[in-house]
Amino acid sequence: MERVLQNKIANDNGGFTLVKKELIQLIDISKSFDGQMVLDELHLSIHENEFVTLLGPSGCGKTTTLRILGGFTGPDKGRVVFDGQDITQIPPNKRPLNTVFQKYALFTHMTIAENIAFGLKIKKKPKSYIDDKIRYALKLVNLDGYENRMPDSLSGGQQQRIAIARAIVNEPKVLLLDEPLGALDLKLRQEMQYELIRMKNELGITFVYVTHDQEEALTMSDTIVVMNQGYIQQIGSPESIYNEPENAFVADFIGDSNIIPAIMIEDKLVSILGTRFACVDTGFGNNRPVDVVIRPEDVILVEPSEGIIQGVVSHLIFKGVHYEMEVQACGFEWLVHSTTLFPVGKEVGIRVDPFNIQIMNKPESEDEEAVIIDI
Amino acid sequence: MKSIAKKIYIALIILFLYAPIGILMVLSFNESKTRAKWGGFTLKWYLALFQNEEILRALFNTLLIAMLSSLIATVIGTVACIAMTGMKRRAKSVMMGITNIPMLNADIVTGISLMLLYISLGIKFGMGTILLSHITFNIPYVILSVMPRMKQLNVSTYEAALDLGSSPLHAFFRVVFPDLLPGILSGFLMAFTMSLDDFIITHFTKGVGVDTLSTKIYTEIKKGIKPEMYALSSLIFVAVLTLLVLINLSPAEKKKAE
Repeated sequence: MERVLQNKIANDNGGFTLVKKELIQLIDISKSFDGQMVLDELHLSIHENEFVTLLGPSGCGKTTTLRILGGFTGPDKGRVVFDGQDITQIPPNKRPLNTVFQKYALFTHMTIAENIAFGLKIKKKPKSYIDDKIRYALKLVNLDGYENRMPDSLSGGQQQRIAIARAIVNEPKVLLLDEPLGALDLKLRQEMQYELIRMKNELGITFVYVTHDQEEALTMSDTIVVMNQGYIQQIGSPESIYNEPENAFVADFIGDSNIIPAIMIEDKLVSILGTRFACVDTGFGNNRPVDVVIRPEDVILVEPSEGIIQGVVSHLIFKGVHYEMEVQACGFEWLVHSTTLFPVGKEVGIRVDPFNIQIMNKPESEDEEAVIIDI
Repeated sequence: MKSIAKKIYIALIILFLYAPIGILMVLSFNESKTRAKWGGFTLKWYLALFQNEEILRALFNTLLIAMLSSLIATVIGTVACIAMTGMKRRAKSVMMGITNIPMLNADIVTGISLMLLYISLGIKFGMGTILLSHITFNIPYVILSVMPRMKQLNVSTYEAALDLGSSPLHAFFRVVFPDLLPGILSGFLMAFTMSLDDFIITHFTKGVGVDTLSTKIYTEIKKGIKPEMYALSSLIFVAVLTLLVLINLSPAEKKKAE
């Protein structure tokens, strides 16, 4: 429970966003499949017009959370509240939400227009209204003139956009997206990310987006919910998640990082690998073991005499925008991103600015630990 | 040289496969009543056939039973496939095994055991028992042709339909059913052919006085072979052949071929 409260506070600190109306609340949701716990007392609030991303490795419970929101899976315990109303027991066809599925799920025996009209016909909307909506939705997803094509004749990216069009014509208050870009190639994925942001702004509806791709999450979201093993690890804006990860799991999952065991000597002073570094964090107590996170681009390489600690470059890779180096110093391999080249074998000094040292509590449970993740 | 040998080989196979039916068909047009000599071309056996009321009644019975049993089996089989899809893997493979066994079972065993079942339950033999038996042996064929379609089905299309506001029933008929249709159609046609074709099981479950074409031919032949029977057999062959061609031309098969 304590974790949940911490998360809520982190959320409230989420930056300069205006206070918005809470649209969805997931309250103490638990769910297990075949005796295996997938979600454990999950607590989450989603605000109006927010782009929320549920981010985590496969099996972290993000898709289950989305399916509970959509009504396709019922929670074992807990409640789903939408706009002040308990919708836990309401079937998917009666919920004011629409879903974009991972594998498009277009109706292959219907034309594009029939696909998009599907929901509106059920609601018995007049024909002229439906036709207008189809035209509007196709324009929105940049596929005007595709009305009479069959889904099979479209590319993956186009099919995905039709799936989005089919969902938004129903004017849902919330659009749920389950790894919608997962099957697309990199270039198309990046294009679609911009498209999604544009649509979200144009439509002014709430997006709940599930992905395991941290870059995608950082690019698009207003709020990121990092999940692992059925627990929420951190809720916050992309910047706060990246710059101030709360535990080793988040730090490791979002981008590259150096996670180093350290001792908090006192407020604003931490001993990393036996050397004292100035930092900006307070309130961790005195002489307490902690973990520090330093992003590779925040490690500054200088001449040995100018550094706080000294080491030797052991690996060097050219990455295009920067060089990626590994520096052996004080018994730790530091990952460094720098635009300046330091050849392998060169002695260097290491400096880190105080505000780039992020202090974290030691993991309390397995799900907070840094893990090797294959995506 | 090699290709000529190949062609001869194939010709021989086809000759042995179809010679009996060929002879039967030729004889059905034979003016003379004996099999030994060709008395000239005639259609009189076909005419006689269509004037024979018993045979016409048997034909009617056959078609009625084939139609009803394959329709009912198609419904039951399709519903069974839907139910099996919802099962856990273990239960599903057990169920598939159970439904496949009757297909491998010898017809005579199925026939006799159905007969014994009807006797022990005190059910009166007649059209009803034939129909029940045909439904029983037809269901596995329907499952066999619908199940592969079911496996290809994308479950999220059903969920997508629900998501867009359809009721579960509407979602099934609007979205799932069209995807299953080719499998259902070929299952229906297969069941229809099987029913049309069956002799042994019908023989054991029909009771006195009711006949389908196959059992009628059998009784007639016992009394001595009449050329009308050649005509009848030829017609049955052509009918079944047409059905088989239809099954193979159905969209499901065409898609597989692609």
